[in-house]
Amino acid sequence: MVDMTWDRAGMSAQDAADRARALGKLRLGDAIFRNVTRFAALMVLALLGGVIVALVIGAWPAFEAFGFSFLTTQSWNPVTEQFGALAPIYGTLVTSLIAMAIAVPFGLLIALFLTELCPKWLRRPIGVAVELLAGIPSIIYGIWGLFVLAPFLQVHVQPALISAFGGVPVLSSLFAGPPYGIGVLTAGLILAIMVLPFITSISRDVFEAVPPVLKEAAYGLGCSTWEVMRHVVLPYTRVGVIGGVMLGLGRALGETMAVTFVIGNAHRITASLLAPGTTISASIANEFTEAIGEVYTASLIALGLILFVITLIVLAAARYMLLRIERRIG
Amino acid sequence: MDTSLYAARRRRNAVAIAASFIATGIGLAWLALILGVLVWNGLSGLSLAVFTEMTPPPGSAGGLLNAIVGSLIMTVLGVAIGTPIGMLAGTYMAEYGRHDRLTSVVRFINDILLSAPSIVVGLFIYEVMVRPMGNFSGIAGAAALAVIVIPVVVRTTEDMLLLVPDSLREAAASIGLPRSRMITRIAYRAALSGIVTGVLLAVARISGETAPLLFTSLNNQFFSTDLNAPMASLPTVIFQFALSPYEDWQRLAWTGALVITFSVLALSILARTLAATRKMS
Amino acid sequence: MSLIKTIVAAGIAAAVAVPALAADVSGAGASFPYPVYAKWAEAYKKETGNGLNYQSIGSGGGIKQVIARTVTFGASDMPLKPEQLGKDGLIQFPTVLGGVVPVINVDGVASGDLTLDGDTLAKIYLGEIKTWDDPKIKALNPSAKLPSQAIALVHRSDGSGTTFVFTNYLSSISPEWKSKVGSSTAVQWPAASGIGAKGNEGVANNVKQTKGSIGYVETAYAKQNNLTTTRLVNKDGKAVTATAETIAAAAAGADWSKAPGYYLILTNEPGADAWPIAAATFILIHKQPKSPADARIALEFFDWAYKNGGQLARDLDYVPLPESVVKLIRQTWASEVKDADGKTIYAVTN
Repeated sequence: MVDMTWDRAGMSAQDAADRARALGKLRLGDAIFRNVTRFAALMVLALLGGVIVALVIGAWPAFEAFGFSFLTTQSWNPVTEQFGALAPIYGTLVTSLIAMAIAVPFGLLIALFLTELCPKWLRRPIGVAVELLAGIPSIIYGIWGLFVLAPFLQVHVQPALISAFGGVPVLSSLFAGPPYGIGVLTAGLILAIMVLPFITSISRDVFEAVPPVLKEAAYGLGCSTWEVMRHVVLPYTRVGVIGGVMLGLGRALGETMAVTFVIGNAHRITASLLAPGTTISASIANEFTEAIGEVYTASLIALGLILFVITLIVLAAARYMLLRIERRIG
Repeated sequence: MDTSLYAARRRRNAVAIAASFIATGIGLAWLALILGVLVWNGLSGLSLAVFTEMTPPPGSAGGLLNAIVGSLIMTVLGVAIGTPIGMLAGTYMAEYGRHDRLTSVVRFINDILLSAPSIVVGLFIYEVMVRPMGNFSGIAGAAALAVIVIPVVVRTTEDMLLLVPDSLREAAASIGLPRSRMITRIAYRAALSGIVTGVLLAVARISGETAPLLFTSLNNQFFSTDLNAPMASLPTVIFQFALSPYEDWQRLAWTGALVITFSVLALSILARTLAATRKMS
Repeated sequence: MSLIKTIVAAGIAAAVAVPALAADVSGAGASFPYPVYAKWAEAYKKETGNGLNYQSIGSGGGIKQVIARTVTFGASDMPLKPEQLGKDGLIQFPTVLGGVVPVINVDGVASGDLTLDGDTLAKIYLGEIKTWDDPKIKALNPSAKLPSQAIALVHRSDGSGTTFVFTNYLSSISPEWKSKVGSSTAVQWPAASGIGAKGNEGVANNVKQTKGSIGYVETAYAKQNNLTTTRLVNKDGKAVTATAETIAAAAAGADWSKAPGYYLILTNEPGADAWPIAAATFILIHKQPKSPADARIALEFFDWAYKNGGQLARDLDYVPLPESVVKLIRQTWASEVKDADGKTIYAVTN
């Protein structure tokens, strides 16, 4: 800080001493503040580290007991204390895959609508509506799925699917079994609705960032709207869109409440999408407070660790990609 | 002119445009369906009793007061704990360490924490608080919520402080203001509405969180403000009541869901209007 | 900064301003007795102002949380063996008797229309009987009109004493079940697909919502939710319905005085009117509780329930314990539950 060079000779000794003391206090305050903020920033790092350490310590008994086979065993038997993460991991991946398979095309199409086709006055309200969808807490999706979507699917959609694909060689096992209403497919559908706003808003943001001159040049050559989207906008925004998709994937992988209500909680892998299954977060939510025994609890924490690692990888990749496009946009 | 190619291109375009209209229509329809069912079922159970009575055992009349109060307490505490830490960290990143290595690492880590599964946060707090303490508690629930608040506040604080023009900082330096004073008196004030927006968004985010509370604050069917004991919260009560077969409980679950959703939406709208007024001024 | 100060101040004020006015003791565990515990707690709070916060998280959860001392008492339908009680320093005592009943959701079948036996039930849950019009079901119900609908299985996803009681019954009837699955609070369900629901509440909810489903719940849940129940063939070969009388008949021959730790399983009991899947539900408390005051309140509550809660229990088809057993339980409290100085925490004075 600048130390004003006033006429010191005109100051009394008392004033000079007061001034020195005041400056000293300010310097100290400054140093304290700086270190406090630094400490807070380090705390963020420590938080992530702490989460990983706590999870590893908690999960250790499970890794000790099962080793690598924990990741490849399907059996989840609390009686004999044999636990395997394969069914929850499978369920997590399949439901997220179904969710992305539905949400990505929908999200891109809605973003296309919002940026190219929508009249200006409608743009804001629909944008707000999309963010409303994003703001609804996930437990509401869960109860809506349980009370509205699942019965509807059970009565109207699933029997149709079962009978439609009954004779088809491969697909019949994909859509087999009694119509429960809840199950892997229903969970995937709910996740799709949850992830849709993320993909839509990120896609819309990157689409809007395309320099108009590029699009106008294409239109000038006689390209149709779709061709501009496909050959100009999407290639330009590819990295951002993929980043947004991966962010949505990260959200879908970690979602707990919406899935727990409609997944059916069955620790097994079945070919049928209409059958109940489980995901990592649903297993933890359902069983954690009741797991007796060190190995059982440790297995659940190990599941949490696996989930954290999977989402870490996906999110780190997404952030890296979004970083690249932010740099490019400037 | 090659009419067949032109026709094919027109057809593809028409299909794509139709698809995007349909997709938007379906998306909006889902929103209408979800909100509609929520309002329909939630309103039917809405009454003054919901806000004045405690959660009842099945078959008796009651309300959601203890859950609402518990949620309020834990949300306020979670924000109270998480906001200072988040603000200070964001301040470091924007003011002191704008270009140093620590900041870019923290920014990266923070974004990961921002989207981390909330159930993992619950597990973490269980391991470091509930287990050593030996009981479920409201303070553990608040801590779990704070862990979710921190990344949100860090991000918005850093973003908002970075928007404050450096000319303000330079002016402050030129009159001899110490850096800490400059930050607290000038930069914070300039970025205040943005930071408040961030806090409101964080509040909206944690209001609907259930998973981190499931094994930290558990639940409580009676009214309790004891932080060292299990505490009820709206999301956990909804979880319990919705999965039950009792109709009066299910109705309360829908009403609770309505209360949460509209609080969250109101907060988001408030945050958005604050952001808009800032942009205009 | 002042905004933050206000928020922090408000939070602390809220937390400190209203201390817990009356005592609130926490317990957790089985969903089997939850309906009656909830009714008792409500009545008890009205009378004495003391609240008993009971969370229905499943017997497995009750056992785990009481061992971890995060709750004052745990509740479990699976009684712990005396060795385990000794190892963890717990005592256990029964509170009420109840029964587990199969519930179904099949169009055109009303309560009591369908009769099953243990073997058929085991085969259904093993996945060997897949449709409602299977010959084995038809053999037990020659006059019933059963659709050729696929059976949708519902079982518990959490650690459940109700599951223990149910699988215990199946194990005692079906050697195939015993070897393939066994009996515990959580088992590896063998069938190709089945929904796992949380708590008796979840099973009841799922059966209600899913057509063609079968599940197993405590009788109070079937009653409170108007679920369709089936009759079962008991050990004596008679088809009986689950009622307070048949459950009491199952427990008639139980000799509690000879069971250390009150460890008694009441499935498949002999008796013409005995309900085959009857069970007692237990409370677990530490011999040396962390908080003697809280433990005392809990024991006072259960004592009150033994004295005054009988009718509330019977209304929900639970069976109160006979007075002789209650006497034994009070003696156990007086002799086993002590504080750090060795003083008895709660001795009934009458």
